[in-house]
Amino acid sequence: MSSTFSWLNDPDNWHGADGILSRVGEHLQYSAIALGIGAVIAFPLGLLIGHTRRGSWLVSAANALRALPTIGLLVLLYVIIAPQIHGRGNAVYLIPTEIVLVLLAIPPILANTYAGVQNVDPAVRDAATGMGMTGGQVLGRVELPNALPLIFSGLRSATLQVIATATIAAYIGLGGLGRFVYDGQASQDFAQRTSGAILVAALAVVVDFVLATVQRYAVSRGVSGRFSRRAAGPADALGANVAQVEVAAG
Amino acid sequence: MTSGRMTPAGTLADSNSSPLKLFSYFSQNRSEVLSWLGYHAWLSALPVLAGLLIALPLGYVARRYRWIYPPMVTLTGLLYTIPSIALFVAMPGILGTQILDPINVAVALTVYTVALLVRVVADGLGAVPEDVSQAATAMGYTRFQRLLRVELPISIPVITAGLRVAAVSNVSLVAVAGTIGVPELGQLFSNGFQLSVDGPYYPPIALGLVLCVLLALAFDGVILLANRAATPWRRVASAR
Amino acid sequence: MIRLESVTKRYPDGTVAVDELSLVAPSGQITVLVGPSGCGKTTSLRMINRMIEPSGGRIFIDDQDVSKVAPARLRRGIGYVIQHAGLFPHRTVLDNVATVPLLLGQRRKQVRAQAMELLERVGLDPNFANRYPAQLSGGQQQRVGVARALAADPPVMLMDEPFSAVDPVVRAQLQEEFLRLQSDLGKTIVFVTHDIDEAIKLGDQVAVLRVGGTLAQLATPAELLSRPADAFVAGFVGRDRGYRALGFAAAGELPVSEEPVIVLGAPLAGARGLTADGWVLVVDPARRPQGWLSVAGVDAAALDGPVTADLLNLGGTLATQASTLREALDAALSSPSGRGVVVAEDGRLEGTITASEVLTRIEARSRGTQPVSPA
Repeated sequence: MSSTFSWLNDPDNWHGADGILSRVGEHLQYSAIALGIGAVIAFPLGLLIGHTRRGSWLVSAANALRALPTIGLLVLLYVIIAPQIHGRGNAVYLIPTEIVLVLLAIPPILANTYAGVQNVDPAVRDAATGMGMTGGQVLGRVELPNALPLIFSGLRSATLQVIATATIAAYIGLGGLGRFVYDGQASQDFAQRTSGAILVAALAVVVDFVLATVQRYAVSRGVSGRFSRRAAGPADALGANVAQVEVAAG
Repeated sequence: MTSGRMTPAGTLADSNSSPLKLFSYFSQNRSEVLSWLGYHAWLSALPVLAGLLIALPLGYVARRYRWIYPPMVTLTGLLYTIPSIALFVAMPGILGTQILDPINVAVALTVYTVALLVRVVADGLGAVPEDVSQAATAMGYTRFQRLLRVELPISIPVITAGLRVAAVSNVSLVAVAGTIGVPELGQLFSNGFQLSVDGPYYPPIALGLVLCVLLALAFDGVILLANRAATPWRRVASAR
Repeated sequence: MIRLESVTKRYPDGTVAVDELSLVAPSGQITVLVGPSGCGKTTSLRMINRMIEPSGGRIFIDDQDVSKVAPARLRRGIGYVIQHAGLFPHRTVLDNVATVPLLLGQRRKQVRAQAMELLERVGLDPNFANRYPAQLSGGQQQRVGVARALAADPPVMLMDEPFSAVDPVVRAQLQEEFLRLQSDLGKTIVFVTHDIDEAIKLGDQVAVLRVGGTLAQLATPAELLSRPADAFVAGFVGRDRGYRALGFAAAGELPVSEEPVIVLGAPLAGARGLTADGWVLVVDPARRPQGWLSVAGVDAAALDGPVTADLLNLGGTLATQASTLREALDAALSSPSGRGVVVAEDGRLEGTITASEVLTRIEARSRGTQPVSPA
């Protein structure tokens, strides 16, 4: 453990193209791209399916994707795509990785957005329509704000999975924090390997904390129940999985 | 880990590297693949069982003593946020085992499963209608009897849903450990990766995908069957 | 004025929820739709603002066919109150009330000021304005729901069991305040309830619907009680019809008798022998009744002291000259001495009346000797 500590304390390891800081930057970059694309696809789709109550089979299908082993998909896509790409540095690793990451990000965002919109109290929805809101107004002004806790759950769950899988993508050659793990493994440098693991865990926790803070301010207090110092209802990445569980349990 | 630049292979269908050749790959490497399959199944299933056994009392406690619930939520959330590879790699340091020891994977996945299931158990028990619990107490059940005969059975569907999520994601997570050399189906992927030097070598990759999916479906099916067997009253209700 | 012409709602599986329903809800009045489960009352209500589309027939609001107006626009001109209020949990109480005026494009500042006024009007403390619905009780939420429906000052209000989800004490309060509000505002209201007593209490006219969505009777509450159209209506209206009908008959000039009194704080000994049965009415210095005193029931120790409040029996209700026959009879029946207390508008004692005196009046009324107009 002490060697890990000294590895982490070595300033050489922090700077430069292979340093911790640039790897963190890469990792965040890869994750952000996948989350962005995944959200752009899954979020409107979830809102639409939740509001119109049609097409929920899409949500079940997306959930079934969970059965596919991510590392297998990574390897498969890399192996298929790599021969098609010539000359460009990182793209050969990045494209298969991003495809898999987007596929990973979609189910939690889709399922939770859908569940969030669907779980809005029918009386509230009825009152909103009865007051003269159009369908779009009901969705945007009423259903969406009330669905935010679950939507954030889904977003945090997706972020977690993307960050974790981006780590593994270092196996097929991508950059990011996973590089420390796999390079350390290959060169038997256990300090590097363990440091990589610690850094990845730390990154995931920090990003989740940032999202939790955003959630705190974005969700109306009337919905989260945060009136006095009472703790907020659990709406986090784990909560997203639990929500999926509850949706599945019917 | 070096990854060579690949050149396009010849026509897929008749080359040795076609995905359809997974069957011959399987028969050629039968004993090895089967041992990996066995490890994989074991490494996926054991954490689910162990996780359930640990999560049941913890979830019950979190429900019974309300003040425990919020910190429990924070802790389990934190554990779940840690990427799997980080746990696999950190385990040898914590447990004192070798990196390639499958025990690392089993323990790490048990941690995940417990983190997931404690919440599910607590919430499932919490969803039992209050009047049902009160009726049970009024009829003379002790607290333990009430838990065993009333509250847990009613919570089974919710807990089952959690078990399915845990089992299926475990299958995928175990495969990740193949990247650091642990013997299980993930090795098929790393083999395929390493053999894809002159072009994509599909058979082990395809085999790995197929076997993982089949394994996940098998677990899902077994859990569903167990759920049906354990909740005869729900069958009657939907049959009406 | 809302007019339903042969309105029908038929579902694809064959159920007929509403069957050729025709009725008129007059402007400025409360029309109550009442009936057992499955009589189509809620369906009929929801067809007025097109939350449900009719399969047949037409609905007019002030001679405008509702099917010819875009639904969202139609609904912004109709106040809609439902059973569990349906308040938006993500908005404060004030923002909830401000919803429709803002939808209509009114200026934010003005809307909020008006919303505050409305909150006070429905009996809510202004401090509630910045709270969230989850922080309010059921009764408070219902009040906000009513305020929200009134916010854009719609001429028409549709109310679907708005007071059913609260406990009876709160419900009675809400009903009283609602009637007071309506006397100020004069909206055209269609009100759905399953509770015949609520229908009779609130309605200017009541429509009793049968299972299958047909109209059994449309009448004023008094008529409903005294002349139910058929066995179904009679059964639905329930027992004690005669007694309840008395609540709609003004008692008229009540023949009160003089009643000896003793003032609170005066020496108790003065009460002895005042009345034949030993029950003496106690009043305050302004001659407002405080309760009944039974001289025989006072223990020896207090006999030498003054008349105090804790010695009093508070059983009797009070009647006024504007009371209904029911209130007059109840005053007599609930009084421990059998003499009902009658007071003037300012609360000062006018006299007492016995149950038989009220009954004489009741019988005279049904004999037609003393024509009494419905209240």
